[in-house]
Amino acid sequence: MAAKPRRLNLTQKYQLMTRGLDWETTYQSMDDVFPYDKYEGIKIKDWDKWQDPFRLTMDAYWKYQAEKERKLYAILDGFAQNNSQLNISDARYMNAVKIWMQGVTPLEYAAFRGFAMLGRGFRGAGARVACQFQSIDEMRHYQTQMHAFSHYNKYFNGFRQFARIRDRAWYLSIPKSYFEDAVTAGPFELITAISFSFEYVLTNLLFMPFVSGAAYNGDMATTTFGFSAQSDESRHMTLGLEVIKFMLEQDEGNLPIVQQWLDKWFWRGYRLLGLVGTMMDYMLPKKVMSWRQAWEIYWEESGMALFNDLARYGLRPPKYHEVATKEKYRITHEFWCTIYQFSHATALYTWIPTEEELDWFSAEYGELFDTVYRPRYEYWAELDRKGERFFQKRLPVVCNVCQIPIFHTMPDDPLMNCCLVSEYKGTKHQMCSQGCKDIFDHEPEKYCQAYIPPQQIYQGNCGGATLEAYKEWLHIKDEETGEYYGSEDHIMWEGWKAQSGKPADAPA
Amino acid sequence: MADNVFIALQNNPDAQPIIQAIVEDNPAAVVNDSPGMVKIDCPKRLVIRRETVEEKIGGEFNLQDIHLTLISLAGNIEEDDDEFVLQWNI
Ligand SMILES: [Fe+2]
Ligand SMILES: [Fe+2]
Repeated sequence: MAAKPRRLNLTQKYQLMTRGLDWETTYQSMDDVFPYDKYEGIKIKDWDKWQDPFRLTMDAYWKYQAEKERKLYAILDGFAQNNSQLNISDARYMNAVKIWMQGVTPLEYAAFRGFAMLGRGFRGAGARVACQFQSIDEMRHYQTQMHAFSHYNKYFNGFRQFARIRDRAWYLSIPKSYFEDAVTAGPFELITAISFSFEYVLTNLLFMPFVSGAAYNGDMATTTFGFSAQSDESRHMTLGLEVIKFMLEQDEGNLPIVQQWLDKWFWRGYRLLGLVGTMMDYMLPKKVMSWRQAWEIYWEESGMALFNDLARYGLRPPKYHEVATKEKYRITHEFWCTIYQFSHATALYTWIPTEEELDWFSAEYGELFDTVYRPRYEYWAELDRKGERFFQKRLPVVCNVCQIPIFHTMPDDPLMNCCLVSEYKGTKHQMCSQGCKDIFDHEPEKYCQAYIPPQQIYQGNCGGATLEAYKEWLHIKDEETGEYYGSEDHIMWEGWKAQSGKPADAPA
Repeated sequence: MADNVFIALQNNPDAQPIIQAIVEDNPAAVVNDSPGMVKIDCPKRLVIRRETVEEKIGGEFNLQDIHLTLISLAGNIEEDDDEFVLQWNI
């Protein structure tokens, strides 16, 4: 029998193609070549201990990514050619996709930049290679998402002028500030924030129930790019867990620094995900699971298993995770109530849920929903019937840290608004929660410089000090904002349904 | 809480032999179907064995090919040419 040509096994190949291609610099000191990976106080004794458990190498990376792209674009092309936008459950659903494009896709681009920095910044070759893969992944996510949305942009409002509203829309500072906070930290905090806190601990809530929900609502374009991106995400999550273990194993002095980052980034990530929960609960006409249930599966079950595992390093679950769990019954409702009142100042439509949907909320959220939120919706529906659709006249006060309007309530009292104030250098800064206040108080010099859009707008720095002037500066037309029923999207959708003989959905 | 690890795969034809192999090699595994996606939970440890997947396919399988169908996972990973393991060290 002819001997098979000798092949390297996975471990040997990984060793050769990461460490084997690296060298100690001699013309310049390593500290000068990698100037940023020490100042945060993280001590690394042996970078060689860094392991990528997938042992992915550049050749395998390109092979798998090319295969993923081939599959993805075949489906996106088929989707466009077959006019598959007609197959979504309901045009209200498109507003979830608009939030994705306006809020999430720019984060992919920000992640591409952040990981390009890390791919240069760490002195360990294993860490650099993993970050370089991730940087390219994130650019791919940004591009494939834009490609998928370009089809929807032919039919629906809210998808045009993505770059301008990314820069100017007041509400998009919620996701934007999250990433800007991360990339202006040091490299270890950045990777902890994004790879661990966001990707490992929290993005399952976006990519699993929400994307599965997109499939259920007939949106194969979003499903396909979502799952294709998530196949990279598993690698990113693994990187996140490895970096935490690596820091904790390298020096015990790293523990308090890492713990503080986990406390901070869990809370920031959780606040951001309130928006995703709202997309799941309110913008998926056909439901897969509620935010409450997703929180129970992905945080209370999986998140706790993770922190039980990490307890051997002395790490405890992030501060205020109990508060997040208390809020699982209300956060998406408080969020939707807020968007409902401000959607005339966004490139989104909002609506009162249908009777059937309100009943689903009652079943999923119980008494609190029936006593607090349902009556609000009934009140607003009544106003709407009288031709007095309710909108706020002014933009809201937003949290100085998470930049979400200050609508959250006290941990133990869902009827009491929570607004906490820190004073720094003679100026008052408002925060939405103890979690955000702790973050501010830990680095006031950073957060006192935060760009807070409603403040900038009312100072007249965004086209003028009125909502009308601001909307003009944003190039948002009234037709693409406000109430869904009666909107251009709704009218077009009803026209399509009439042509296909299926009844259009009636308002609540 | 059972301290589950989990793996989630796209529910497409490529994933079926992997799912079958997981079910066969992990008697405690619980398969949860949702639209477009299959999530498999297992207390503390879950293994994917190359040989079992190859039996199901009736041909060769490279364990790294799971990257093409993988959606998400939870657990510490150990991977070599023959096995892909997820586990919590609790
Ligand atoms: Fe991404
Ligand atoms: Fe906040």
